[in-house]
Formats: sequence, C-alpha cells, structure tokens
Amino acid sequence: MESIELKHLWKEYGNNIVLEDISISVKSGEFITLVGASGCGKTTFLKLLLGIETASRGQMLLDGKPLKDEPDKHRGIVFQRYSVFPHLNVIENVMLGEEFELSPLLGRTFGKKRREIRQHALAILKRVGLEDSVHKYPSELSGGMQQRLAIAQALIKNPSILLLDEPFGALDPGIRADMHKLILDIWEETKITIFMITHDLKEGFHLGTRLLVFDKYRIDPHQPNRYGATITYDIPVGNTDNRTLTEITSSMLKEE
Amino acid sequence: MKRLINQYPNRKGKILLGLIPFILFLGLYVFASHERLAVNENDKLMPALTTIVDAVSKMAFEPSKRTGEYLMLSDTTASLTRLGIAVCISALISLIVGILTGIIPKLRASISPVVTTVSLIPPLAILPILFIIFGLGEVSKIMLIVLGITPFLIRDTQLRVMELPEEMIIKAQTLGANSWQVIIRVILPQILPKLIDALRLSLGSAWLFLIAAEAISSTEGLGYRIFLVRRYLSMDIILPYVVWITILAFAMDYLLRKLSRSVFPWQLVPKGEG
Ligand SMILES: Nc1ncnc2c1ncn2[C@@H]1O[C@H](COP(=O)(O)OP(=O)(O)OP(=O)(O)O)[C@@H](O)[C@H]1O
Ligand SMILES: [Mg+2]
Repeated sequence: MESIELKHLWKEYGNNIVLEDISISVKSGEFITLVGASGCGKTTFLKLLLGIETASRGQMLLDGKPLKDEPDKHRGIVFQRYSVFPHLNVIENVMLGEEFELSPLLGRTFGKKRREIRQHALAILKRVGLEDSVHKYPSELSGGMQQRLAIAQALIKNPSILLLDEPFGALDPGIRADMHKLILDIWEETKITIFMITHDLKEGFHLGTRLLVFDKYRIDPHQPNRYGATITYDIPVGNTDNRTLTEITSSMLKEE
Repeated sequence: MKRLINQYPNRKGKILLGLIPFILFLGLYVFASHERLAVNENDKLMPALTTIVDAVSKMAFEPSKRTGEYLMLSDTTASLTRLGIAVCISALISLIVGILTGIIPKLRASISPVVTTVSLIPPLAILPILFIIFGLGEVSKIMLIVLGITPFLIRDTQLRVMELPEEMIIKAQTLGANSWQVIIRVILPQILPKLIDALRLSLGSAWLFLIAAEAISSTEGLGYRIFLVRRYLSMDIILPYVVWITILAFAMDYLLRKLSRSVFPWQLVPKGEG
C-alpha cells in the first residue's frame, strides 16, 4: 500500500510564486481529479509529483520516504500530446518499457524474450482496444487512439501512480466518453492511484473519487505573482451540492 | 477561368514548366555562341555544342595518351572518394557529438563554446595550416571538408535533439530507461533522418571546399581539371565539367532524400515534397 503525503509544499520560479503551502495526503488507490484556472499551477503540481521539478519548500513522502526527484517506472505519465514515440509502431511503443528492463545495453530484445514481451504487450493493447492497429505508426492513429496507446504504454510497467495531464483535452466529446470508461475500468481493475488534470469540471466530477480545486485565495492586484495557488476545495466526489459546484465553476473561469 | 493563384499544373505540365527555363537557356547559348563564332572562328569563350561534345567524348571515352586513364572517370572517382570519406567522417562526428551535447547538459556546457568558436573560423583560411601539417596529399583535402561542414552539422544536430518534445524524454524515463537507453532507442532513431537533411544542406559547402582544395594542390579530380585547363581557356572542357558536377550534386541530394524516406518510413511526408 503506497500512500502519498505532501507537507507544506511551495513552488516558486524566481519571484513568481506558483504554488503555496500545499498539504494533502492521498491513500493508495484514490482517483484524484484536479481542476483550476489556466496557469494556476496544475501542471507544475504534477511535475513535482513526477519528480521533474523540485519543490522550493516542503516535503513529498511516499510511504514515509522522500519521493525520488527524477522520473522512474513507479510513476507513469500521459501528457496531452507527445506521449508516444513516432518512430515506433503501436506494439513497439508498448513493448519498449519491458525492453528497457530486460536489455540494459541495447534496450532491445530478440528471440524468445521478445516473443514473451510481445504477448504481454498484445494483451494490454487488447485491453485498451487497439488490437487492430498493432502495426500502425502513431501518425496513422487518431487522437483518441494515440491516447489509448499512451495509456497502454504506461500500463506495461505496472506503475503504482498514474499521472494524467489533460489526457483527453484535445478529443471530441463522444470519444472522450469512451476514454472515461476505459480509464475508469482500468482504475477499477488495477487499483492504481490516479492524478488527473482536467479543464472540464463535469469530467472532474464524473470520474474519480476525490476532486481538488487549485486557486489563489489571496490576490494582490498590484503584484499578481505575490501569492501562489493552493488547494481551495478538497471534496469527495458524489456529495457535492449545487452551490459548491457553481462556486468552483466561477473560480475556474477566473483569469490568472 | 480560375484565378491565377488557384491554377495548378498537372504532373506533365509541371515537368514541362520546369524544363522551359533550361531549354531557353540552352537556346540562348547556342545562338550567342553561333554569333560569336561567326565573327571570330577562334573564339574560345563560347564553344559550339559540337566542340563541347567532341571534348567530352575525348575526356570521357578515350584513354588519356599520357596515363592511359579515362580522365573524366578518374577525376570523378577521385573527387567523389574525397567527398564521400569526408562526409561520412563529418556525419559520424556530428551524430555523436551532437546527440551527446544535445541531451547531456553538462557536456553541452563544456563542448558547445568550442564548437561555436571553431565554426567561426573560415576553413579556407586554415587550409595552409592543413597543408603544412598533413602535407599536400589526400588527408589535408579531406580535413578541409570535414572542418568546413562538421561544426554546422554538430550545431544542427544538437539543436534538433533539444527540439525533441521534452514529454518524450520524460515518458521514456517513466518507462524505466537510463540515459544510454534514451539515447539509442528514443533520440538516435529520430535524429538520423534530420541528420540526413542537414547533410543535404551542407553538400553545397562540401563541394566548395573540395574544389578549392583540389584547385590548389592535386593531380586529379574534377576541381583540379577545371583549374588546369583554365590556363588554355578550354571552355569546351570547363563547361561540361561544371554541368557534370551539378548533376553529381543533384544525384547525391536525391539519393539522400530517397534513403531517408525509405529507411525511416514513419516520417510524415512534408507538404509540397514527396
Ligand atoms: N519552467 C518554468 N519557469 C518559470 N515559470 C514557469 C515554469 N513552468 C511554469 N511556470 C509558471 O507557472 C505557472 C503555472 O503553470 P502551469 O503550467 O502549472 O499551469 P496550469 O495550471 O497547468 O495551466 P493550464 O491549465 O493552462 O495547463 C504559470 O504562470 C507559468 O508561467
Ligand atoms: Mg497544464
């Protein structure tokens, strides 16, 4: 069981305070959705979790130990774009994670090993509904299929945390609904901890078990960067009344 | 009638339209040469096409009386060998240095200033130094081309590596890749086609340096021949040699482009090419 504990986390870029005093603890298996106005620091928060940015102050603990400050295979990620490798076809994209593990020198496997990885990758591709596009290159896939591929690619490493940065933001509404179902099913099967950023509040409420809203609760009109955003709402999804929803919606529409 | 800006030539039309300037130019030449020869039949500046054909057939299809070699063939082989070796060396160096400096920040900090400085040295200015160090043989000619095009290739490769979306490099790390694996499985395959494109762009300079080096010190080669026969004002040899060099350069560019498209099929064909 892996729990994440963030204590008084701050992130500043020079004089620009992006995140201030974020404290939260997350149990293993939670599905957390993050919303907030554009530019308020959601991606920055995810980057901290992923280890590609370091916090200016505060602690991030995974099971009581400091989180590693560089990406590793325990934390999978799906970005809005550029998550898959254009020079590998669908199945090669998924196999890659296992090949890194089994072949430190070449990052490439042959023979029996390769066949085994292939079987594993095929099973995952079937799971995300890409079994008919195994030999296509990403440029031949639709946006939704590319995101399915990105998810499949992350899943082969069995990460304990999956980070998603507006993964469906560029997709049509109909395809989005399919993707919601897919991600929910996968979450239920694997009980993986998910952090998902979304611009769509409905998506935030529909998916997930817990909604985090990022916002600045203090604003200095003369120095907009004086204060950072923090978590202003932390609500278990499902028991929200309409007024809260309206409040959150208006906070999201605010300009930075 | 559609507007001019909306009218496109079909395949045949496109080729025809492209040929028109060449045919016009050739016609102009024949006319001018004819006029000049009518005034002075010993004019050397614009030899008649028949004179050129004679000269070419002598250079290309008859063994030289002195050496027994087919001169145009031996010139071509000599030049292409130098060019080929130099381009391969440059490509290899820039691939290694460009990728490493592009992806490893500490190496970039240490090596980039040197590369930038070297790229600012005019290569021809150090040609005498090369001749002094490496002698008048093949090495200094190859070195001149290498020095001339490698800094550009390194910088281009480094920029291309840095242009790769950060997301991809991060993604690879979340899949468990170490630095070496990121380089050989993510960066190298995506950079190779871009290196080929950069090579195509630097072929022009490579030819320039080749011909310059051959003009100054050589005993065979396309550049050597042109500068040799210049003494006798042999336009009937110079002109076809220039055309021949142009054809060779065009063929190399074409082959590199085809190579890139066929070895790296995952590339999207850019608009307007194909
Ligand atoms: N590397 C950086 N250097 C300096 N400032 C940065 C850097 N990365 C982000 N910022 C700043 O941090 C703030 C938050 O950016 P972030 O990308 O986290 O916002 P976001 O909530 O993800 O926005 P969006 O919803 O538009 O994706 C922005 O004001 C941005 O200018
Ligand atoms: Mg963002």
